Amino acid sequence: MALLDIDGLSVAFRTRRGELQALRNVSLSVEKGEIIGIIGESGCGKSTLINSIIGLLPANVSAVSGSIRFEDENIVGMTEAGLRRLRGERITTIFQDPMTALNPVLSIGTQMTAIQYRRPESLAVKRRRAIDFLERVRMPDAARRLDQYPHQFSGGMRQRICIAMALLTEPDLLIADEPTTALDATLEVQVIRLLRELQRDIGCSVMFVSHHLGAVADLCERVAIMYAGEVVEQGTVRDIFRDPRHPYTRKLLECDPGRLTEMQDTLPTIPGEVPDLVHIPEGCIFRSRCPDEFARCGERPSPETVGPGHRAACHKARELGTP
Amino acid sequence: MTALLTVNDLTIRFPAASRIAARLSGQPAFIEAVAQVSFALEAGKTYALVGESGSGKTTLARAIVGLVPTHSGQIEFGGQRISGLGETALRPVRRQIAMMFQDPMGSLSPRLKVQSILAEPFKVHGETADLDRKIRSLLADVGLPAHFAERYPHQLSGGQARRINIARAIALRPKLIIADEPTAGLDVSIQGEMLNLMRALQEKFGTAFLMITHNLHVVRHVADRMAVMYLGRIVEEGDTAAIFARPRHRYTTALLSANLKADPDSSTQIIEAEGETPSLLKRPSGCEFHPRCSFKHEICRNEMPGEQAMAQGHRFSCHNPA
Repeated sequence: MALLDIDGLSVAFRTRRGELQALRNVSLSVEKGEIIGIIGESGCGKSTLINSIIGLLPANVSAVSGSIRFEDENIVGMTEAGLRRLRGERITTIFQDPMTALNPVLSIGTQMTAIQYRRPESLAVKRRRAIDFLERVRMPDAARRLDQYPHQFSGGMRQRICIAMALLTEPDLLIADEPTTALDATLEVQVIRLLRELQRDIGCSVMFVSHHLGAVADLCERVAIMYAGEVVEQGTVRDIFRDPRHPYTRKLLECDPGRLTEMQDTLPTIPGEVPDLVHIPEGCIFRSRCPDEFARCGERPSPETVGPGHRAACHKARELGTP
Repeated sequence: MTALLTVNDLTIRFPAASRIAARLSGQPAFIEAVAQVSFALEAGKTYALVGESGSGKTTLARAIVGLVPTHSGQIEFGGQRISGLGETALRPVRRQIAMMFQDPMGSLSPRLKVQSILAEPFKVHGETADLDRKIRSLLADVGLPAHFAERYPHQLSGGQARRINIARAIALRPKLIIADEPTAGLDVSIQGEMLNLMRALQEKFGTAFLMITHNLHVVRHVADRMAVMYLGRIVEEGDTAAIFARPRHRYTTALLSANLKADPDSSTQIIEAEGETPSLLKRPSGCEFHPRCSFKHEICRNEMPGEQAMAQGHRFSCHNPA
């Protein structure tokens, strides 16, 4: 059974220009113990998706429809008290910027014991658990460093602290929102390895949100590709990276300079711009930029199953396969 | 061919603590953000400075445009020594070197229209004739319609803001443009557009680019030569193709393998660099990369490796190269 089952989720915001439809009919599930990658460029709705799952949508949200089932409960429409029971305990989050995620005026020990407030245990036990988790994220000299403040740690160490804090409650679902974007390449590799190792230990599911294709290919088992508020394709890592069926996925992969085997003077791009989500164009959302556009694209495509668990929202999904 | 820009044995120091505090704590009173760096950039070519946070790439770039004083060594531009020059003497040189800063939005004044932003370089150098036409032609050069002149920075997308930065950089037709992380934070679909635009302008105007980046995937396609920096030093330098074909320094190999390929079946073995970059206040003994290196020998702890030179000016400093 899926741990998290998002079905037909749509989210809209009030803006000065009108209603912005940030997410439209998103369906996605996260199985127990799996690592799923969410890939998409700026404005594709990744953050809105995360905020919907943790019940932290901004105040100008005007409409939410569909459901987000976490085990047996629907997060959409859940009371604040209900959300508080899940958030920070069963669903935890690591954010992009490890500096702003930590409170600068409290020692990390104070922060790491405070988030265990639900547990009826002594402070000594909580401190010991904090030290244990800092050691698990390979913090050297963890016991001594527990009383230091965030500014006394490097960027990579701070992200490790955030990971330790997110896993401290042994959550069922860890949402990692661009956790390596602010890190250097050699540290990114370290953090990805660490996440994989700890995920195996703890057995939680991980939703790894990133625009870094390489990191997703390395870490995840399944991938969903988002474009302009829709999930346009999802499947296993191998399906997506080896046999992409949605023209957007195909173009996105083409654009990654890391995938070009030959040295090239001109780099591939996706001409055109992401459509305005206040005035959603008719038909397929990728139509205006699509190299494979044809008459039927005026009709909205629904996700087509092209293989086990591999779905693409394109009228040509079957034809576009690699032979 | 003669070099447009030559950096010779350049060292840049910053005070780290007062002399008394340094004496008391036993730490040095200064840090060397850039240490004994030498390289040359030919006219019309692209040179990439590669390295991670704190490797000194941005400091080096800022020193070239005279924004940071140098401690020792020389910078020569077009055969003229420019390091240590005063503001007045530097002014004509500054016209030849433009800088594109890292944060495209932050480097555009929010209260000025694109028109005024693009007019500034001309005004500074007293070339105010025919300004409107020049601005229109600059916008056309970077692929933006003329009505963008009336926009404010907050009305621009990230990609458009970058185009305006490029337009400002090419305004006075400089011989050299220093681009600090020109693609950081850009989506891959737009990243290609920016790099293609820079390449097209390079061909049109013969501009040389000094590109600072941590994105090695990009470097491979745009740079003719590259230098890998670590703790303020160049640890490996050479033709981009040669370094990608056979990286020698162990830091270069780690950095190259850490650029994960978007391929789940990628056969690239990741060489992990242990730990993090050390502080400039406590430079490691011997080879400064040795605490993080998986291939270190005893000698690496004690002795700083000398530079080894190979064909086509490929050089590196490593006791146990790959």
